[in-house]
Amino acid sequence: MNRNLTVEIKDIGKSYRGVKILKDCSYVFEKGRMHALIGPNGSGKSTLLRICGLIEIPDKGQITYYENNHAVEHTIELRRRISMVFSKDGLFNTTVFKNASYGLKVRGTGFRARHGRVKEILKTVGLWEKRKQSAKTLSAGEGQRLAIARSLVIDPEIIFLDEPTASLDPANTALIENIIKKLIRDTHKTVIMATHNMFQAQRLSDRIIFMHEGELYDEGLTDDFFERPKNEIAYQFLSGKLIY
Amino acid sequence: MYNPNMALLIEGFQRAFSLLVHLDPELLGIIYLSMKVSGLALCIAAISGIPLGAVIGLRRFFGKGLVVSILNTFMGLPPVVVGLFLYLILSRSGPMGFMGLLYSPTAMIMAQIILALPIIIALSLAAVTSVDETVKQSAQALGATSGQISYLVINEARYSIMAAVIAAFGRVIAEVGAVLIVGGNIAGYTRVMTTTIALETDKGDFELALALGIVLLAISLIVNAGLHLIQKKGVRS
Ligand SMILES: Nc1ncnc2c1ncn2[C@@H]1O[C@H](COP(=O)(O)OP(=O)(O)O)[C@@H](O)[C@H]1O
Ligand SMILES: [Mg+2]
Repeated sequence: MNRNLTVEIKDIGKSYRGVKILKDCSYVFEKGRMHALIGPNGSGKSTLLRICGLIEIPDKGQITYYENNHAVEHTIELRRRISMVFSKDGLFNTTVFKNASYGLKVRGTGFRARHGRVKEILKTVGLWEKRKQSAKTLSAGEGQRLAIARSLVIDPEIIFLDEPTASLDPANTALIENIIKKLIRDTHKTVIMATHNMFQAQRLSDRIIFMHEGELYDEGLTDDFFERPKNEIAYQFLSGKLIY
Repeated sequence: MYNPNMALLIEGFQRAFSLLVHLDPELLGIIYLSMKVSGLALCIAAISGIPLGAVIGLRRFFGKGLVVSILNTFMGLPPVVVGLFLYLILSRSGPMGFMGLLYSPTAMIMAQIILALPIIIALSLAAVTSVDETVKQSAQALGATSGQISYLVINEARYSIMAAVIAAFGRVIAEVGAVLIVGGNIAGYTRVMTTTIALETDKGDFELALALGIVLLAISLIVNAGLHLIQKKGVRS
């Protein structure tokens, strides 16, 4: 399969009940890179992620997926080349195994191939032993691991992660971060990860995009960004002085 | 002190139990027809109503609030009004009169479908709506088509939907107005439990009516136990 999918957004705007949540967001995401979308709670990170991941439709602007410089139509075939993990795990009320295999099942993958792939991924996230257990009985950390495994089982080219460790303790956060490093960065997927944790962004990402009140304020290579934020508000956020 | 009314009642109960114990063929025939009419009506209403409720619940469209209000109103449709309405349609001068369905089990099934359908649609709709938004979005993000998402969401809401079907069964098995009007009360052909009870009581013959009353109560007990069990299971999962 061709794996040259890239995504860019232009002038994205979105309002909920007359309140502007996103204002003219434009960005070209780099193929094979890990992007961290950082910013305070309520700055619009989740909304922007859902829009980029084709889960929600913006009021204005374009999300364009390119392949070899040609725009790709927003069909189900395109949607099946990308994936998203939400901040709530959104697990289905069934077994761990069936949760993990759902993406393959809806694509019509046969049972044998499904079983092999699910086994591989569940072993990597340490949930193979619990495959027959109901997903609802998992701990928060296990649930989030399953949510990530579930969206990686289909080997997406671009993956959106919304606060993958927001509600987890330090041990589970470290576990998830390792999984992200191993399964995503090392396979050269394009990643767009929202987080309000700037240290996590620093640990994991190649590029930082700073968001505040629905606008993209600043962006840059991770090291540059943390050393010399170009923008006053980004500086305030980094130094913990941003009052909102 | 001798009380003739009391004696009548006791005797009625004795005979009723005798009918039940000896599995009286007339009694069994009536129970069978009741189950057949209500069971078939329920199956048809469930097969069409569950997906319809799911689609209405999942889609956003203009006038959705109105549709939901209408459905909720129709949940409490008086059975006699449904019977009257269907009677006018099926009677010889009505638009479907040529089919000759009046006073047949088919007409009774139609009446009960009309009664069960709004309950199943409205409660399935509510069940589907209460499924967590992240679950729906996760299915979408994992590459499900809209049909696959609907199927998943119905599956997620399965306990609430089962409860809806049982509630609808409880309603149709116990109603008398609609089946009486469109089915009449033809012995061995359109007599169901409720209509038989009404007719026999009217005649002053209590034994069959009492026996059927006991059966209806037992069914209602089972229905409620089933609802209780499902709700407990739904909460636990
Ligand atoms: N579905 C929605 N309906 C109404 N308001 C919403 C919805 N989703 C998000 N918002 C609002 O949009 C703003 C941005 O939310 P969000 O994108 O979740 O920010 P973040 O992820 O950066 O914390 C918040 O003020 C939130 O209340
Ligand atoms: Mg968020």
